[in-house]
Amino acid sequence: MAALLSVQNLRAAYRLANGVELHAVDDVSIDLREGEVLGVVGESGCGKSTLATILALNAAPPLYVKSGTMQVQGRHADLTESDPLPRSERGKLISTLPQSAMNAMNPTTRVRDLAYDVLRAHERTTRKAAWGRAGARLEQLGLPTRVLERYPHELSGGMRQRVITVISTLLDPTILIADEPTSALDVSSQRAVVEMLKDLLARKIISGVLFITHDLPLLRHIADRVAVMYAGKVAELGPTERVINTPEHPYARALVGSILVPEPHIRAARVLGIPGSPPDLAAMPKGCRFHPRCPLADTRSREEVPPLVEVGDSGSHFAACWRTLEARQLLAGNLVGGPDGRVG
Amino acid sequence: MDASVRPSHTGVQKSPVDQTQPLLAVRNLNRTFGSGANAVAAVKDVSFELYPGEIVALVGESGSGKSTLARLLLRLLAPTSGEIQLLGKNVTHGPKTAYWREVQAVFQDPFASFNQFYSVRRVMLSALGVLQKQPTRAERDSRLRTALSQVGLSESLLEKRPYELSGGQRQRVMMARALMLAPQLLIADEPTSMLDASLRVSILNQLKDVRDATGTTLLLITHDLGQAYYVSDRLLVMYRGELVDTGPTEQVVAQSQHPYTRALIADVPTLH
Amino acid sequence: MIRSLFGNGRFRLSFSLIALIVVTALVGPRLDDRNPLFAVGGRYDEPSSQIWLGTDAIGNDVFLQLMHGLGTSLYIGLVAGVVATLIGVAIGTLSGYIGGLLDEILMGFTNILITVPTIVILVLLSVALQNRSTLLLGVIIGVTSWPWTARAVRAQTSSLKTREHVDVAKLSGAGTFGVIMREILPYMMSYVVMAFVLQLSSGVLNEAGLSLLGLGPSQSISLGKMLQSALQGEALRTGAYWAILPQTILLSVIAFSLLLLQSSLDEFFNPRLRRR
Repeated sequence: MAALLSVQNLRAAYRLANGVELHAVDDVSIDLREGEVLGVVGESGCGKSTLATILALNAAPPLYVKSGTMQVQGRHADLTESDPLPRSERGKLISTLPQSAMNAMNPTTRVRDLAYDVLRAHERTTRKAAWGRAGARLEQLGLPTRVLERYPHELSGGMRQRVITVISTLLDPTILIADEPTSALDVSSQRAVVEMLKDLLARKIISGVLFITHDLPLLRHIADRVAVMYAGKVAELGPTERVINTPEHPYARALVGSILVPEPHIRAARVLGIPGSPPDLAAMPKGCRFHPRCPLADTRSREEVPPLVEVGDSGSHFAACWRTLEARQLLAGNLVGGPDGRVG
Repeated sequence: MDASVRPSHTGVQKSPVDQTQPLLAVRNLNRTFGSGANAVAAVKDVSFELYPGEIVALVGESGSGKSTLARLLLRLLAPTSGEIQLLGKNVTHGPKTAYWREVQAVFQDPFASFNQFYSVRRVMLSALGVLQKQPTRAERDSRLRTALSQVGLSESLLEKRPYELSGGQRQRVMMARALMLAPQLLIADEPTSMLDASLRVSILNQLKDVRDATGTTLLLITHDLGQAYYVSDRLLVMYRGELVDTGPTEQVVAQSQHPYTRALIADVPTLH
Repeated sequence: MIRSLFGNGRFRLSFSLIALIVVTALVGPRLDDRNPLFAVGGRYDEPSSQIWLGTDAIGNDVFLQLMHGLGTSLYIGLVAGVVATLIGVAIGTLSGYIGGLLDEILMGFTNILITVPTIVILVLLSVALQNRSTLLLGVIIGVTSWPWTARAVRAQTSSLKTREHVDVAKLSGAGTFGVIMREILPYMMSYVVMAFVLQLSSGVLNEAGLSLLGLGPSQSISLGKMLQSALQGEALRTGAYWAILPQTILLSVIAFSLLLLQSSLDEFFNPRLRRR
């Protein structure tokens, strides 16, 4: 499958006033495929929002990209430059869907004027034409066109987020970067936004979505693949069902294990969460960054950084853990030619 | 669970609690905001009981009125009509400090609920302001120690300032603050919604442990059915200001016939 | 914190200017114990090595007057600033926190005061008083200029009172006064400090305005009274620039450095405003 967006070796840091650099994203490489939703999940401070900011080409001081390239639709961009892609092309290539965008919006701007502003920023258009286009798009996606006349505060939280989704995709961007778009919503509105993103993909209005969230179960309903991030690195990457059902990295396993869903097994035993807290970016542990919280950590985990290597047989499941790797090698040695080399 | 004998961890014996008498009873509670054509009924004719030692979860989507109901129950907001009874006594109006000795709260935002100029010690000791008689220094210290240990925090945190604590630690401090008073009812209004998934579990476990250890009744207000399901004995489902469904948690989730409850359950993302 | 405050160039500049002005006002009069209201020469003597800034219309030493007048002006501005800030904060917090009918009454009163031009009230009050000491003048200016502070403080208070730590304090048995003093005021101290700096600057300017109208402090010299006597003595027409420029420049510098201080404090307290 062709990669729509390919990011290589991305490193980025926040520079503090005292000159100290906090590495929020460290050597992250990911691909987004045609027609795909790639979920990025992790606890707060894991670097997922920094990643979104950089890929949306919104990195600004004190955030500095130290290295990294991006390929999008055959265009090559060096992310360390201040303007990796010409402004005129950005709107058609990449758009963002932030969390509760309308709360930050001028409350005296009507939805239709917001649509006009967005279109005008990227192409020559008239008010009438912009409103017409926004209206047609709303209708196409099954939303009432009268919301164009409304002010943000007149819409419910869920409707607001759906309307902002429509507006942020008015230019038919190739890639939509959704940064916690549903985190402030209740479950019913969450579902509506997720359905709308799927609809946008099905209609080929957009070609790929990077969906950033801390809500792993939600990804089961939208993402084709999931990247689990921890302390600025990708800990595990694979098809959604595999990552959720058979997580390979101890962190991913703990994350899946601490999810509370209304299913009978949850009440059967005490759920144990993850001990400790994510590392301080200013004092990153040596070796595997999860080792201070990991029940499996050994000497090697404490010393050497584990690489992200394949752990499935389909060529699609990767994890960065020495212990997982060892277990797999051990199994492969014992069960040569076994039907499935997965580690439970 | 056994709540017939309510151990009091401070050594102060409270009145014996009758298992069959509700700790808190709410009768036809209403709260309307605004007036005339602009009137919005945030809480409509809500009635329910909380029994000693129970963990009850109040679930509903945003705008369902559950936070308004929480403020009514905490007497931070006066109802338009209706009655709140604590152990059979009408407490809808009248002095609040006595009420707050028995009913305390933990709020949603671990950052905003902290006075940022206070140390942990000061935040915790401030709770004693509702007591009639200020305890001796020795008793204050013993309450501090007990409360901290009940939420699994070390005493070394006492002199810390809020910005030195993580979100999870702050939320535990707020729990410990409430426990300083050994309240009969603890109302937790979305205590985990601003925390990471891994921390959510530990806060909920902590709340459960507090109930198990002290018999404190717990009302957990949440929009997350998964959390409610994990921790609660009984569910109250709120929709557009009304209490639409109630029952033992497992029974409601598995068998509820109410269309709103069913829709709510159907919308929750699941793992399997 | 202090270090990062001094890292701001505009803060350094305004702070140095204000420090210089204050030191001059405190030390200046002590260097020369002659009475500034005592003539030393003729009408509009030009600046010379003895009389640095020349003399005014009635032969007083302009430099000596400047040294004495500066202190008076600053004192009046300070009194006005303190009075206005105290009243503004008291009315603003009560109105915003308690709300309801009290809010309607207090804000109604505040809005009436805002619509009536301050200078009219100032003139009426000053005329009504026979002997206007510097303290009294400061108080008069203060009690007429609090409404803007009150409105701003009220807006801050009504947003702060919905924060959860206020609820926590209430559940801890804190009363209205306790909540305002411990949960509301500390959170807007930065705001109050900035409002005070602005009130200080407008207090100094208001004194000048009143003095220009002949309603300045009795039996003392101030920058405003110097302006007034220069205008009355037709210093401009006579070409005696030394009798009018020094106090004008000094007033402008005071107002400028206070405004600059306020804006640099604003930037310090609200990092979002910081320039990249």
